[in-house]
Amino acid sequence: MSFHPNDVARRARAAGWISVGLVAFLIAAFFRTQILRNTQYVLQSEENRLREVPIAAPRGMIYDRKGKIIAENVVGYTVSVLAQSEDSLRGTLRRLSGTIQLSQTQQDQAVRRYRRAPTRPTVILNDASFDVVSVLEEHRVDFPSLIIMSAPKRFYPDGPAVLPFVGYVNEISESELSLPQYATYKAGQIIGKQGLEKEYEAVLHGREGSRFVEVDARGRVVREQGAQEKRPVQAGSLQTNIDLDLQLFTAQLFADSLVGGAVAMDPNNGEVLALYSNPSYDPNKFIGGVSFAYYDSLRTNPKQPLYNKALQGTYPPGSTWKLATAVLGIQEGLVKPETHMPQACNGFYYFGNRAWHCWEKSGHGSLDLTGAIAKSCDVYFYQLGLKLGLSRLVAGGVQLGFANKAGIDLPEERKPSYPDRMEYFDEKYGARSWSGGAMVMNLSIGQGENSQSVLNMARFYTALATDGSAAKPEIVHRRAERTRIMNLTPDQLEALRQAMAGVTQAGGTAASAALGGGVTLAGKTGTAQKYGNASGRVCDHAWFVGFAPVEKPKIVVAVMLECGGHGYLAARVASAIIGKYLGVPTMLNIQTEG
Amino acid sequence: MARQKVNVDWALVTGALVLSFYGIAIVYSAGQTDIPIAGYIRNAWKQQLVWFMLGIIGAYAMSRASIRMLEWLAVPLYAFTTALLVLLIFIGKGAGTAASVKSWLVIGGFRLGQPSEIAKLTVVLMLGKILAGSKDPPKSFVELWKPALVVGIPWILIMAQPDLGTGIVFVGIFFAMLFWSGISWRLLLLLASPVVSLILTVSTQLWGAWFLLLLALVIWYKPYLWEGVFLVAANVVMGVLAPILWERLEPYQQNRLRVFLDPSVDPRRSGYHVIQSQVAIGSGGWFGKGYTMGTQKRLAFLPEQHTDFIFSVLGEELGFLGVVVALTLFLTLFLRIIRIAERANDSFSSLVAFGLLASWFVHVVVNVSMTLNLMPITGIPLPFFSYGGSFMLASWLAVGVLVRIAHEGRGGKHGPFAI
Repeated sequence: MSFHPNDVARRARAAGWISVGLVAFLIAAFFRTQILRNTQYVLQSEENRLREVPIAAPRGMIYDRKGKIIAENVVGYTVSVLAQSEDSLRGTLRRLSGTIQLSQTQQDQAVRRYRRAPTRPTVILNDASFDVVSVLEEHRVDFPSLIIMSAPKRFYPDGPAVLPFVGYVNEISESELSLPQYATYKAGQIIGKQGLEKEYEAVLHGREGSRFVEVDARGRVVREQGAQEKRPVQAGSLQTNIDLDLQLFTAQLFADSLVGGAVAMDPNNGEVLALYSNPSYDPNKFIGGVSFAYYDSLRTNPKQPLYNKALQGTYPPGSTWKLATAVLGIQEGLVKPETHMPQACNGFYYFGNRAWHCWEKSGHGSLDLTGAIAKSCDVYFYQLGLKLGLSRLVAGGVQLGFANKAGIDLPEERKPSYPDRMEYFDEKYGARSWSGGAMVMNLSIGQGENSQSVLNMARFYTALATDGSAAKPEIVHRRAERTRIMNLTPDQLEALRQAMAGVTQAGGTAASAALGGGVTLAGKTGTAQKYGNASGRVCDHAWFVGFAPVEKPKIVVAVMLECGGHGYLAARVASAIIGKYLGVPTMLNIQTEG
Repeated sequence: MARQKVNVDWALVTGALVLSFYGIAIVYSAGQTDIPIAGYIRNAWKQQLVWFMLGIIGAYAMSRASIRMLEWLAVPLYAFTTALLVLLIFIGKGAGTAASVKSWLVIGGFRLGQPSEIAKLTVVLMLGKILAGSKDPPKSFVELWKPALVVGIPWILIMAQPDLGTGIVFVGIFFAMLFWSGISWRLLLLLASPVVSLILTVSTQLWGAWFLLLLALVIWYKPYLWEGVFLVAANVVMGVLAPILWERLEPYQQNRLRVFLDPSVDPRRSGYHVIQSQVAIGSGGWFGKGYTMGTQKRLAFLPEQHTDFIFSVLGEELGFLGVVVALTLFLTLFLRIIRIAERANDSFSSLVAFGLLASWFVHVVVNVSMTLNLMPITGIPLPFFSYGGSFMLASWLAVGVLVRIAHEGRGGKHGPFAI
């Protein structure tokens, strides 16, 4: 042991410097962590303790043309959980399922939502009933990471009656999340799935707000932080052209027995007054997730309520299309309203080694164009079609808009099928394996390679009802967009309208659908043959497209009844709709047949 | 014991008192959380206060005891604590997060304390006695066998608990007291070489470089041939042993070491502690979030806030300023003890004073470094701060011994760091 004072002093100095050096080093290390990297750690500490809880924005209201509510928001409840990990989420779900009803599907869905957006509260129930919320509030202490919030919930007061155009909203799906237009959306958010809700998603969505809750290390909510709340912004409302009374009336007309679609438009500006498909279903049942049982009942219903018969369904237009043949004939200078065809109708017409029947087996005799329209004489239009020839029918049909969508502001509209050019036939049947004559015969009476939506037929008749310009159908109020599609003089158009007025007059095909009150309904019936793949002719679709008053049409209505039988049945429905809109009495009650 | 007035070294006592009050205040804060925690943590500060008062009484008693009596008692005390440590191998109990560590003496369900805390004191006494007993400091490895044995026996018993943290303290005490006894620094370096070897095995290149340096040192220092051979062999064995020792470590210890190298390897579990501790300290800034207001602590992100990570609570709530005050207080204490050791009346007192200093020094440096991930997590408490009765008591007993040594030592002459 060397304890000479000098040695000790030297060692003490060394020990002192080592102490000072190490403490200085530690202070420097703290300086780096606490001062230089302070911002980073403050952020991390805030991220630790604060969880952002999004507050859903109420969707924009949807009104009809008179300001009546089509879609609104009511108070609903969402139940979410702040999960630390997938395991802890599964644990919470398992314990929750002991307290409230929580199906395996709902649990799996919650886990998927968590995987998509682990930092957001994971939505467990999108639309919890008040009862469920009460039960959960009672057990609050058992589920400290649960967040129960009142959230605006979409409600359609008239449910099924407005569904065909308004659509519905629901949680954004996995596949939608990966689409570019939903890039800013997050799992668990609500988006428009169909109809106006989908078409005007950007308008109706609103801006999500948020608040912060303070959580502990295990994700349990310790307290709510009110101060930093960012309020959600409700979106602007949507003013539609729909006449809600007319829409409801239309839905009532279809009731339980009629299957089909109807569209009512103002021919002068394209405003859609009503758009309905029957049977419909209740969009309110889709809010917060549709039940499997309900969806399955819709899916398996043979009347296909999920299929919009006014927009998605395309059907052979039948005799309602004869006006197109007539317009093309007049345009080409082949006929005038008073022109008779070479062969009078005696019930059939011979062409290409076979007899082509007129629907009236006893024949119509010799008719001019006006009479042929009123009585819907097939033999007349066979001959007019043959005069036009296939290429002019095809080009003319395209010109009249039968190969394109009507362009309504709804995502569901299906493109009609019509030969858009001559090569169409070669491509479909192979060169020289089709008969142009037979094509002409079928097309001229609205059968064959022609399948139109109810909406597109309504659009075509807006041109007939006005100056030959078709109006683009618009659900939401916008500037009228009209395109001249037929090159007819006002007199020629007037003559055609008078011919159509004959349809609802004595001797016409829809005489029983005439309006009262001195208002004349003009239109055209159609009885289109539906063919099954193997079974041949299945049934007849009943069509009517018309407008009133004939002198200055204010409304065009197209009605199609699937397997509805003769066109006059559709005419009665259309007549009732028009009568309701114009406020005039209609002739008859609607008879429905089984 | 003769009644005589003891000249109290007030700088030392005041430093220790301030640190104790500071510590108890932080222990109180550690119990203030937003979430339900164990009642004993909430009331830890009261326990700590009781132990502190017991410590004051103990310190007073120690200051009345002559150093000669301590020297005389060194052997029996050492034997007693060694016996306790042996006993722990069989009946030791774990506690808290270190449930598998048999460091607690429990009799009849009553937790008496951690004998390893007392062992730190008695080993210092025993080592002081041994080193003071020889005229010259050890000059070769052979002459080191006695000091090595004195520290080695309790060290092995503690490592068997296994309590890595306390083991490190013993190593620190051993080297510090050898240094203070005047051992040649080259010998100290060679002695330390196997430890360095052990640490450097994480990288083969580093170990290789170290080994070449060691060979050069051995040639330069020219020890006895067989000493040289032994030394080189020890280093090689350490290099080879390290992976085997690694395998023998408890999984949680392995994780702590891994996490030290990269806390993000396991951010949810082992890395969690050190990440959250850094977040707590880092978010404190200049002045902290306010006493008892630390969110990391209140919301339980910070683990072991009343024991191992108490300094993180301080850092979070009182900021850089609070940290500097605490570390400066510790430094003051260290420098004061160095002065006491320097002026001690005899080599035994001087060595004991320096040994006690070494013990605190290692605790402070290792614990504080750990909160910033400058060292692996070893579960070593912070003197005067961490909640723990035995440690508080032992620390104050040490203060008492130091007061006595200062009293018996020379006054007047100023050391290099006079306070």
